[in-house]
Order: sequence, then structure tokens, then C-alpha cells
Amino acid sequence: MANDDAIAVKEPRAPRESHARRWSGLGWGFIAKLLMMALVNALGLTIILSAWNAEAWSILAVSVILLVAADIIYFAKRTLPLKYLYPGLIFLAIFQLFTLAYTGYVAFTNYGTGHAGSQEQAVEATLIQNERRVEGTPTVPLAIVRDGDTLGFAVTQDGIVSVGTEEDVLEPVSGAVVDDSGRATEVPGWEIVTQNDLFADQALQQDVIDLRVPVSDDAEEGSMRTRDGSSGAIYQSSLEWDDEAQTFTDKETGTVYVADQETGNFVADDGSRLPTGWSVTVGFDNFVKAVTDQNLAGPLLKVTLWTFAFAILTVLTSFGLGLLFALIYNDDRIRGRKWMRTIFILPYAFPAFMSALLWRGMLNREFGIINDWFFFGADINWLGDPWLAKFAILWVNLWLSYPYWFLVCTGALQALPSETMEASRMDGAGRWRQFRSITLPLLMVSTAPLAISSFAFNFNNFTIIYMLTEGGPPFPGTSGLGSTDILISAIYNISGVSGGSADYGLASALSIIVFIVVGIISAIAFRQTRKLEEI
Amino acid sequence: MTEVTAQAPARRTPSRRGRWWAEIGWKYPVAAIIIFYAAFPLVYVLSASLSSSGTLSSTSSLFSDISFSNYAALSDTSYWTWVVNTLIVGGASALGAVFMGACAAYAFSRFRFKGRRGGLTTLLIVQMFPQTVAFVSVFLLLTALGNVVPALGINSKIALICVYLGGALGANTFLMYGFFNTIPNDIDESAKVDGATHAQIFWKLIMPLVTPILAVVGLLAFISAFGDFILAKIVLVSQDEWTLAVGMYQWVSNQLSANWGLFAAGAVIASLPVLAIFLSLQKYIVGGLTAGSVKG
Repeated sequence: MANDDAIAVKEPRAPRESHARRWSGLGWGFIAKLLMMALVNALGLTIILSAWNAEAWSILAVSVILLVAADIIYFAKRTLPLKYLYPGLIFLAIFQLFTLAYTGYVAFTNYGTGHAGSQEQAVEATLIQNERRVEGTPTVPLAIVRDGDTLGFAVTQDGIVSVGTEEDVLEPVSGAVVDDSGRATEVPGWEIVTQNDLFADQALQQDVIDLRVPVSDDAEEGSMRTRDGSSGAIYQSSLEWDDEAQTFTDKETGTVYVADQETGNFVADDGSRLPTGWSVTVGFDNFVKAVTDQNLAGPLLKVTLWTFAFAILTVLTSFGLGLLFALIYNDDRIRGRKWMRTIFILPYAFPAFMSALLWRGMLNREFGIINDWFFFGADINWLGDPWLAKFAILWVNLWLSYPYWFLVCTGALQALPSETMEASRMDGAGRWRQFRSITLPLLMVSTAPLAISSFAFNFNNFTIIYMLTEGGPPFPGTSGLGSTDILISAIYNISGVSGGSADYGLASALSIIVFIVVGIISAIAFRQTRKLEEI
Repeated sequence: MTEVTAQAPARRTPSRRGRWWAEIGWKYPVAAIIIFYAAFPLVYVLSASLSSSGTLSSTSSLFSDISFSNYAALSDTSYWTWVVNTLIVGGASALGAVFMGACAAYAFSRFRFKGRRGGLTTLLIVQMFPQTVAFVSVFLLLTALGNVVPALGINSKIALICVYLGGALGANTFLMYGFFNTIPNDIDESAKVDGATHAQIFWKLIMPLVTPILAVVGLLAFISAFGDFILAKIVLVSQDEWTLAVGMYQWVSNQLSANWGLFAAGAVIASLPVLAIFLSLQKYIVGGLTAGSVKG
């Protein structure tokens, strides 16, 4: 104790250097930090450099800011709390806050298939898509070359061999050897793909047919392409882009397509449009489309209603069943309670996605055991009939989640004050009366917030829907939605992230609606628990 | 059960026996029904995994033939790759969630700084909005990032881990914050007087004391990564990168080519450790689940 006092007295005279920058005293602590920071900086610089190379300016800016902030935070004295918060905050900011905000932005654009990039990219893509072989141009001998994964063409024009790839325009190379037909057989720095290799590999053939090697940096000059892998020809776009007027002109028909900044499309006078457009902000169009579009509005309304019904019914049934079991088996006089309880909660311990898949098999119409064991081999189409599929989903979700409520209610029942129960019995309350007036209200205090979060969880319970029915059976029409789709699985189908036609704008608009619902529910739960009081 | 009913008449008069049935006795047959309801799908999947046929077709009886061919066949598939992937993704997200959550909870619990209250409130609000609903922009973000850093793009486990970690701070900080607050401040104070730095206090004093909550948070993070389907399906494209949830879904999603025998064997193997962990730690897990929204 005396020693401690001595140090404490000495300290004010010689103020310690902050240990954020101290070499001595901490041993390896500071060195470890220095190594960590060196690693972080190396990683950060790598990302910054590749962002520079890829010309991804926003990613570049964000990574510079984050890296500088990291260096300031971990080498400055006054940033103590941030030293502990920063790693988590970065992930939170990029992968949660940003994605939330970005959803909000995309909801107001027409981002999706046909509206994927900037106008500049749309022009280039349109030029490429409309490439046709130029009439009257000669075919030239062509060999396919590769360097690792990069494919290229070596073409022989007037005895000179030029090599180009998808990225690099055709440039003459020296030192190439050609055979009698003029095809290159040896190109320095490249490996020649023989015809035999080409015929043996289907994927490679497709790559070769898709490959276009630009003749010059200007997309309008056209590109070298091949049909057979041994001869090439110049392909040029049948459209001509006029940057001044912002129009495409079809060289054959003379049709003029004007860039329409409202819709992000190239539109002709007769209303026809080119397939590739660009992404523009469209205001509330996506929200309007969700409620007025003839193909979509009806199914979406049904999906929304079912989402609420599914979430509410799941919570009610599983809570009810769990509570019932808890009430029955919260009884000291029953023997083997511990074993019973363990078996009761088994479905909860079995991973949920596997349970859903397992039930999908068991409910199968032809060979599922549910029909076979319990319905004497009847031909009941559990997952194919709109109402039966809904019932099946509720049934499986009940099986999955009643154990949770059984556990929660058992815990809550055991925590009930025994004096209150005793007192009510003294006053002559019957069993039902006691349950209704004492047990249930007390139970609700602790379980209501859980019921609300369970509702919010099931509102977005993608796994069970997708694993069990994939949203089917489908609604008639072209909406692509089905009678057991909930909002999040509908969003999944519409968004096209798993392939197919994509409408990120509409999907994000629907996400916003889900966010609003979940936000309101959470706000209610929030008021219930009054967590803020703890802060 | 037979024991109980056999004992009853010896001790009880007929009227007491009637009362026993009314009060307790009926609960045993009901328990049998519940046990059947809860366990028959699980017993069935075990039986199907041991059957020699690859279909889930109904057999006249359970366990009619015992063969390990389905288990052996797993090694001809990507199953074990998926197991490893799941362990990597789940393990890394669990570690990251524990580390970042503990750091944040320590800062909020021990330091008094400007924006502390605001920060906690913001976290509380942010965690209300589930990340999975924003999957479209997660997809777009990863597509953009992948053009710069392939390791952070679509089809990368690292990217998926990062996405999971994005949701970690919101979900876990409160759970841990509450627990950190139960560790008396005097411990830090006395260590500080002895010249300990904040880092030493964190690593050497606080962390050992909060191990239970670290275990709970790690387990919850692992289970949620293990069970996640939508984000994993979007991010992981090629078969070698899939997690179990994506891979096993692919096995049985097509009715014509569904291989239920493999699925059953894979499900038994993957669920056994989860069942074992869950049943041995059920008290903590349920405590953790409830503490998320109810605080005593």
C-alpha cells in the first residue's frame, strides 16, 4: 500500500506518456498493436490501390477515409472509446447502415435488368448488342490464343499478325509464325488453342463465339469476331450514336431513338424502345406500381395479407401450445419431468432449415409418409393446394417453435411469486379464475415483448417458406408469386438476385414497406420494455 | 410409467386414485402423445438415413434395414466441403461477433463520453431493422466491392462473414452491455490505481469475468450463421463455397432428382453436434434469447 501511494504522489510531477504511443512499460502490448496497425494499413492500401485501378471512386474515397480514421484513432490519446468501438462500427456502417440507406435509394430508381448502369454504359452495350457482320468485308485467317484465363484472337491481315483480347484492341505483334493458310501457329507470349482443343470443350466454344476483340478504342469502329474459330470478320453496330443529339440512328431503317432521361430508355417516335437502358430515379413509381400494376397488385395484396396472417397465427398457435404444455407439466408431482422436457424441446434444437426440408419430404404427395401413415395412403396434395400449403406451413412452424414458448413459459411460471398464487387460492379463486386473473396477466408482462419479437422474426421468416414450398403453388398470371409467399420471399422473387429478370427498384420499394412494418412493431416492443431507462 | 400406475393402487384408496388420475395421471398419456409429435420426424429421419434406398419413400416400418451406405455416399458429394465452409463461416462470425461486441460493450459500460447515450440509442434502433430484408442492396454492394477486391465480392466466404459481422454489433451489444454493467466498477478502479492500462483491464480483468456472456453470444452468432439461408444463398454461388443450408437445400429442392437418403444422413450428422450443444446448454441459450428483449 505504501508503494502505491508513492507512485500516486510522484505521478503529477512527471506525467506519463500515453500508453497509446509508449514503447516501454507495456512489453509486447504496444508492439502487438503496431503489428496489427501495419497489417490494417497494408490491407487498406491494397484496397485503395485496386479501387484506383478499377476506377471505383466511391469505394476509393470511403476506404481512404476509413483508413485515415483508423490511424488517427489508434495513435491518438483522446480517442479512447473509439478504440473499442471502431472495428464494430465499420462493419455496422458498411454492411448494415449503408445497405439500409442504399435500399432507400434504390427504391426510388428503376435499377434492374435493362436499367443496370449509367447512360454511357448503356450506349456502349447497345452498340455491342447490335453488331452485325459488315457486308462485303473479307474474312481473315484467325487463330485463338490464350494466356491463362484470358482468351484472345490472333488475326492475319496483309501478312501481319495482330493480337487482341476483349479488353485490349488488336495490335500487331512481331515474331509470330503463320502456316500456309495464313493462320498464326506461334505467337510469342501466347498459347495457341488448337482446333481439336476447341471442339473438345463446349464452354470454350461458347466463350470464343461470344468473344469480341475491338478493332479500336471507339466502339463504333466495330470488332473482330468469329463463327468457326478459324476465320474472323469485322462486325459493326447497325446503330450509330450521336453524342451531341443524344440519339441512336438505325443505319438500315433510319429509325431515330432518343435518350429519354425520365425513363432511362432510348425511345423511337413510334414508341418502340431499345432493350438496354440506364438507371434513373423514378420517384414513387415503384410504390405506385406495387399497388396499381395489373399483374402485380392483386398477388401482392394477397401476399401481404398472408404475411400478417402467417406471423400472427404462428405466434398465437405456438405460444398457446407452448403455454398449455408448460401449464400441464409445471407440476412437481410428475415423475420424469426432466426427460419429458428434453424430448419436448427436441424440434427446437434440430436446425430449422433441416426441419423444413424434412417436412417437405414427409408432406410429399406421392411418397411422403404423412399421407401414408396418417391418412391411409390418401392422395392429399399438401404442398400443392393453396389452402393446404398454408396450413402445412403453419403446422410445421408450430412444430418448430412451440418448444421455445414451452421453455419461456415454464421459466416464467416458475418465476411467478408463490405468495400471490397462495393468496388468490385463500380468497377462493378457482383454477380457471386463478389462471385468467393472476397467472396469465403476470405471464404476459414477461412474455409479451418476446411475442412481439417473435412476430417480427416470423414476418421475415424466409427460410421456412422457401424451404417448404418456395412460395408455391403459384398464383395464376405472370406475377411469379405464389399463395404461400410472404413479403420477403416475394421480394426475393422480384429482385432476381438468384437469376432471371431483375427489378431491384421494385424489390427495394417492397423492402422499405417491410422495414416500416417491422419498425412499427419494434417501436411497440421498445415501449414495452423501456430499454432506454437502462442506458 | 407402468411402474407408476402399478404403485398407485397400493398406496391410494379408490377415491384418491380417481383424484390422482384427474390431477396427474392423465398427464402421462398426454405426454406420450406430445413426445410422439415432437420426436417422430426426428426418429423418421434417423431411420431414413439408415435405409439403403435413396428415396424418402414410405417403408412399412422404421429401421426395416440398417445400412450405412448413405453415410458412406456422403464422401462422394461436396457434403464435407460444406461442413467445413459452415464451420469457417459460423466460427469466424462467432469470433468476430464476440470480439466486437465485447469491445463495444466495454466502451459503453466503462467510459463516459460524448455521444454515448446517442450511440446506444442508435444501436437499439438500427438492430430493429433486420439485415436480411436489405438483401438486395447487400447483393449490389458485394457486386460493386467484388470488382475492386474479389475477396469481398459475390461468391466469397469472407464477404459473407463480413455481412454477418455487420449485424453483430446491433444484435449483441445490448446483451453484453447489461452483463458488463453487473461487473462492479471497483475492480477497474483498483486496477487503475495499480497502474493498469485500459487495455490490460479489458483483456486481463474484464474478459475472464464475462466469459459466460461471451459463450452465449458466440453460440447465438454461430447458430444464426449456421441457419441463415437467404444471405448465404445470394452470396455463395459456386458449389464449393456453399454452406450446409444452401447445399442441402439444393439436394432436395428438385423433386425429380431429390436425394433424400443423402439428405437424411447429412441432416443426422450435422444436427447431432447442434443437438448435443443445445441440450447441454439449453438454460443459457434460452436465457440469452429472453434476455435480448426482457431484462429483469
